[in-house]
Amino acid sequence: MRRAAVLGTGQTQHQTRRTDVSMAGLCREAIDRALADAGVDWPQIDAVVLGKAPDLFEGVMMPELFLADALGAAGRPLLRVHTAGSVGGATGVVATSLVRAGVHQRVLAVAFEKQSESNAMWALSIQPPFTAPIGAGAGGYFAPHVRAYIRRSNAPEHVGAMVAVKDRRNGALNPNAHLRQPEITLESVQASPMLWDPIRYDETCPSSDGACAIVIGDQAAAEASERPVAWIRATAMRTEPTYFAGKDHVNPRAGAEAAQALWQAAGITDPLAEVDVAEIYVPFSWFEPMWLENLGFAEAGHGWKLTESGETRIGGRLPVNPSGGVLCSNPIGASGMLRFAEAAKQVMGRAGEHQVAGAKTALGHAYGGGSQFFSMWVVSETPDS
Amino acid sequence: MDTASAPPLAAPLDIAFDYTRSLGPVLGRFMTGLRDRRVLGARTADGRVHVPPLEYDPATHTPITELVPVSPTGTVTSWTWTDRPLDGQPLDRPFGWALIRLDGADTALLHAVDAGARESMRTGMRVRVRWAAERSGDIRDIACFEPDSGPPHSPDGTTSGAPGTNGAPAAGADPATSVDPVIGIVTPIRLSYTHTASAEESRYLHALSEGRLLGQRCPACRKVYVPPRVCPADGVPTEEEVPVRDHGTVTTFCVVNVPFAGQRLEPPYVVAQVLLDGADIPIPHLIIGQAGDVRMGMRVAAVWRDRATWTTTPENIAHFRPTGEPDAPYESYQEHL
Repeated sequence: MRRAAVLGTGQTQHQTRRTDVSMAGLCREAIDRALADAGVDWPQIDAVVLGKAPDLFEGVMMPELFLADALGAAGRPLLRVHTAGSVGGATGVVATSLVRAGVHQRVLAVAFEKQSESNAMWALSIQPPFTAPIGAGAGGYFAPHVRAYIRRSNAPEHVGAMVAVKDRRNGALNPNAHLRQPEITLESVQASPMLWDPIRYDETCPSSDGACAIVIGDQAAAEASERPVAWIRATAMRTEPTYFAGKDHVNPRAGAEAAQALWQAAGITDPLAEVDVAEIYVPFSWFEPMWLENLGFAEAGHGWKLTESGETRIGGRLPVNPSGGVLCSNPIGASGMLRFAEAAKQVMGRAGEHQVAGAKTALGHAYGGGSQFFSMWVVSETPDS
Repeated sequence: MDTASAPPLAAPLDIAFDYTRSLGPVLGRFMTGLRDRRVLGARTADGRVHVPPLEYDPATHTPITELVPVSPTGTVTSWTWTDRPLDGQPLDRPFGWALIRLDGADTALLHAVDAGARESMRTGMRVRVRWAAERSGDIRDIACFEPDSGPPHSPDGTTSGAPGTNGAPAAGADPATSVDPVIGIVTPIRLSYTHTASAEESRYLHALSEGRLLGQRCPACRKVYVPPRVCPADGVPTEEEVPVRDHGTVTTFCVVNVPFAGQRLEPPYVVAQVLLDGADIPIPHLIIGQAGDVRMGMRVAAVWRDRATWTTTPENIAHFRPTGEPDAPYESYQEHL
């Protein structure tokens, strides 16, 4: 297969409200930074791919229409990708596919969310006729599955709080992070209000405005780059129904199968040994151990042991979310692409204070819907294993 | 009634939210201008003036920085007529929808023309802005356009940059330096749907109105779905009807402590996945019992509302209550979490 690489990434300063910019301005802040980071200008961009979570989040149907000018899409192909919370990752995968297929040499991938223009909790709790009024947003949806994980794995209760402490402290190292809390402690997390029992306030992602952009190029573009690139060794996406009898919400089959396909395509046989850093979509703290298992970094029921033993901290065996992850910044549509971009930054050596020393191979991961859509990629310092 | 042959149930679904829009520097100046009865256009690198303004130059991709005033008078470049205005449209009487190129602009703005009758509309007709009495910095500060008898101010469409006396903007501060700039607008959105249940779900709902819980078995995987549906795993409709009990097991649950917009229950409350006896997939519902006493594996029973209030809704079951039976063993429900 043809090779592709991340030439550059860009992201906004994520925060609760970016009232100083429109949606177009928010996207362009990330795009302009990505183009500068990649060392390319508009004439070298062949196509644009936009990712955005459900339209009800901003109340703009088909935002790609009015954003076309800001996205530099005039005269170029523009695609919209739409896979709920995983969309940022899926957008990166679609852009990679366009390059690997030989259709385009350089593709700009962009994803955004401006949560402050609406209320995602409201948008995710719409009650259709003939149903009981029990929807309670993403937290209400995922909390029972977190409880099921704790029961199934016999994980100690403090593991969720440990993830929150690690990610919020990591976020303090990331100048783009929305929440930067270097002083947070296990005790303060455990003292925070219980929102959707067993999920506490400090174990929950914030609501953010933000955008992310990535420039992906083919082999010639990568070799022409004056700066290090992140070679995309493999991508994978899988889907399963939201509900079906026997669905495993704790360890979803689509996620496990995507991971298997990813490791196989990347030539990785022992992910824990061969991956240096992982940016995993963790909107609620307990999803770190859950996804460590789903991704094959740990056996089922044992993911929490990696977290509890400190192996997922910066300096551990597998640092997870050194950027602070979704727990520190959650512009929903962009959150998956931020995972992909942060993975690329690590192997390009451009992660600044949250750089994992010597990172050569990194995972970017996203999921969306009711643990329904999965997208992931592996990037490396060199094109081959 | 023979519920098997009854048409699928349908009911209205209305959702509404007052979305906000942060305008950013370009649209913010445009809206601030409207509030002050000035129309501003965006000048792109090729010299053209766009009204309404663009935020980014489509050719060079650079941000727009130059806004120039244009005249509140202009020329209709194309139009149509609406005899039956809809709620929320600029006028409540028949009017023309027109593309209007304001004098000094190179692009046309879509707006309403209060022309009285279709016969009064024509391409090339001259129109002028009718300002709203109350202005807040919103496109509706232009109430509509009305026919204008004056001469065009820049008939070739080039940018003279100097609006004529007929369209002279009101005196006021330059929007770029306004002490009270408009930075955002509110965009109320109302959506009205008709939500139609599937044939399978309709049978389930009709049974609920009779106090019964109805499942259906997938002919392929043999799993019993409540409510019945096209089996998501096999892609075939569930067929064989299987009655299920209104007793079941809590497989897992969440205590909702957080208040949010649109919430219909007062927190805290317990939402549980209840695996009804005889079913292979849990339904979500409320559990009311001793506070803090809900457990995975707890046995529960439906508490039905007064029969006289029953309709085709799962709300006929007010909630589930603990039965006091011994908890179900984990192995009995671990595949149905």
